[in-house]
Amino acid sequence: MSRTFYYQAVSLSIALGFIAAIILLMGASPIEVISKMGAGAFGTPGQFARVIATLAPLLLCTSGLMFTFTAGLYNLGIEGQIVAGAIATMVPIRVFQDILPAPLVIGLAILAGALGGGLWGLFAGVLNIYGRVNEIFAGLGLNFVADGLALYLIFGPWQKEGVASMSGTEQFKESLWLPTFGNTEASPIAMGLGIAALVLTIVVMRGTHFGLQLRAVGRNLQASYILGIPSVRQLISAFVICGVLAGIAGSLQVLAVFHRLIPSISSNLGFLALLVAMLVGFNTWMILPVSLFFSALNIGSLQLPLNLNLESSLAGVIQGMLVLAVLLGRGLSEVNAFSAVKNQISSLFRKRQTTRKGVEEDEVEG
Amino acid sequence: MSHHFGFRMKIELQNISKRFGAVQASDNVSLVVEAGSIHGLLGENGAGKSTLVKVLSGFISRDAGVVLLDGQPVEIWTPADAIAAGIGMLHQDPLDFPPLSVLDNFMVGRPGKLLINRHQAIKEFRQLAAQFNFNLDINELVSNLTVGERQQLEILRLLSLGVSTLILDEPTTGISAAQKSALFSAAKKLATQGKSIIFVSHKLEDVNELCDRVTVLRQGQVVGDLEIPCPDETLVELMFGRELAPPIKPRTRQAELALKLENVSLTTDRLTINIRDLEVYKGEVIGLAGLEGSGQQLLLRLCAGLLQAASGRIYIGNEDMTGQPYQQYLNAGVGYSPADRLREGLIQGLSIHEHVSLRTPPRGWFIDWRATLQKTLHTIALFKIRGKPQTKVERLSGGNQQRTQLALLPTPLNLLLMEHPTRGLDIESVLWVWQQLIARCEGGTAILFNSADLDEIMQYSDRVIVFSGGAVSEPIDVESLTVERLGQMIGGKFERNHQ
Repeated sequence: MSRTFYYQAVSLSIALGFIAAIILLMGASPIEVISKMGAGAFGTPGQFARVIATLAPLLLCTSGLMFTFTAGLYNLGIEGQIVAGAIATMVPIRVFQDILPAPLVIGLAILAGALGGGLWGLFAGVLNIYGRVNEIFAGLGLNFVADGLALYLIFGPWQKEGVASMSGTEQFKESLWLPTFGNTEASPIAMGLGIAALVLTIVVMRGTHFGLQLRAVGRNLQASYILGIPSVRQLISAFVICGVLAGIAGSLQVLAVFHRLIPSISSNLGFLALLVAMLVGFNTWMILPVSLFFSALNIGSLQLPLNLNLESSLAGVIQGMLVLAVLLGRGLSEVNAFSAVKNQISSLFRKRQTTRKGVEEDEVEG
Repeated sequence: MSHHFGFRMKIELQNISKRFGAVQASDNVSLVVEAGSIHGLLGENGAGKSTLVKVLSGFISRDAGVVLLDGQPVEIWTPADAIAAGIGMLHQDPLDFPPLSVLDNFMVGRPGKLLINRHQAIKEFRQLAAQFNFNLDINELVSNLTVGERQQLEILRLLSLGVSTLILDEPTTGISAAQKSALFSAAKKLATQGKSIIFVSHKLEDVNELCDRVTVLRQGQVVGDLEIPCPDETLVELMFGRELAPPIKPRTRQAELALKLENVSLTTDRLTINIRDLEVYKGEVIGLAGLEGSGQQLLLRLCAGLLQAASGRIYIGNEDMTGQPYQQYLNAGVGYSPADRLREGLIQGLSIHEHVSLRTPPRGWFIDWRATLQKTLHTIALFKIRGKPQTKVERLSGGNQQRTQLALLPTPLNLLLMEHPTRGLDIESVLWVWQQLIARCEGGTAILFNSADLDEIMQYSDRVIVFSGGAVSEPIDVESLTVERLGQMIGGKFERNHQ
């Protein structure tokens, strides 16, 4: 535990050093960048509200990814699941917006989003388990399909009156928008859903038979099967649960942020959630602070081009560096890098014979 | 081309020793293989045959001893060293690349050049194959070949690399009679060309048919070096060299059937086993003897519901379980304890407490961690596991992992299938494990287990089934077993038992 901590502390400081170096190379001061980004994220209530608006879907997606990660699956299809949720959300809105009362339509829309995302997750699961397609490729493939479907709808059946464009479908009426705090982008309902997903994930992982079985399946599929755990059901459930949560995130993107379907409706939140999930590992309680931090980076960096004439993609660089550093620290603590280096050096002085011992097979068969 | 033909090489192993932890796998072994001869290596499970040839072929580094080729000491520490010295090994499971074609496999491992001359390789392959009457299609995928054909391919590949010594490790398991005779005539032809062949086997018949000399190993030591032909009795006595331990298990057999197999046939890519008729009674223990990988594990997995038979029927109690899913077997009270604990039995990264909780039947959605903790503490005390509830299973010693695995088996069970129930345990733990198992038998559980330890099989079985290269004997009462009969059966001679 403490050893892992040291490795991570060291690699984190290396990462921070790199980030500072990059900023310096771009001709700016790291301190200034940090203060401007902090101001950009938390300076005004409106900016803070945007951080919160990003945080809600990020919490949903990361919570979903906890299920697939725990089951030992790399669900890169989460982007497509967000898009599928967003598309499905549009269906009840288009059908019922003039028939049913607004709150009911919103409820149906979120439900439809969950269903759409869940279905997309199920596709990935079926491809993975029954079709023997690696879940990474199944997910990436389905991402393209979902994006294609969204484009088709935007330029085809759901196109704006007059001219179809990349700006998306017609904005729907304001009564169907999720209510927000004052005049900001932050919605209490979105935030509530995000927190609820997080709490649910923590409870399921820590306290339920399902969570424990999922951990068992993720760590050793074969032993789990032999111990009688219904592994196929567990794996499919993980895909579907992740899809459902990502689908709700897609719903929020439609209902709270864009108020229509646009081509890149996911805003890459799925990939950002993957970074968060990799950063926190299995420490579910770290999801909230890390997600908040990443949301703040995303929003804060938007100020950089205006104030310091820097690229706003710097946020992505920082996020990526941090995740890499933590993964590196984790990896190094497992292989015990110091002793490996020490062995390398001392083996140079030893005879050929002794260095071979690592290669031996560990069996005694006659 | 076979540029090394005519090159003769005498191999001497002098005082080879190799230790794996507590086990002395090779103990001061010396061996001479004359050029142009076929030399047999005979021994039971764990006698040290594989260790010895793996030392010679560079797969295992020796602790002590010298390897001499034609009187000159050579340094062999890697398989590449061995190939360079002209020593090639044909492994029991051919080390090839199933997704690649025959030709690609043939060309793999050629030294040096950046570019491969396909045309020349094809020519060379065809010439070599014709020489030994091996009929292989160069474009066929290796995954579509039989084990015998894969052996042929591997032999051709090794010959094209210029080996003058060929080690054959248990090559006659899982190949057809025609392939066996092709293999034997190829081996004889190579010997007449001056190459040396080392033939590792546990089959008396094959050794007698093929070899010029045989060295018998027991517990890592050379116990005999004989001219062939040689009577089976002599070889068996050398191989086992002792009386077997007497049975010590109390009679626990009951009248009702626990397991019944009818005309079962099981096929993998390596083996086919057929069992005409097997009836196991409640409380009975059946020991499965034979060299590792002769089909014992297949039978255990079939009975556990983890493998489906190609044909035939299987009954647990009176229930026809043929074709039922694994879950049904679990519901029918079948338990399975695999040999590879950390890969199949336990889950790395989870604690004992979490394992016990996993095995506790769910009552509602939530785990009652406090109740399962009590249960875990009770289990740890009852099974004398040296560990705490929060100890991760990979941190336990082998013996304590086995105890944990036993503790996780449900009670009661109708049928218990165990792979190597006491492998790697100290004597005290072995006695304790069998106490637990016999207590289960008294409660009516039937047990099938395999073991590499013949004493364990003799001591704790009611009846014994012997496996040899996929052939399966009738169950034999343990009282009527002698070391000679058991040895011959493990060596593949079943016929004499039907006198």
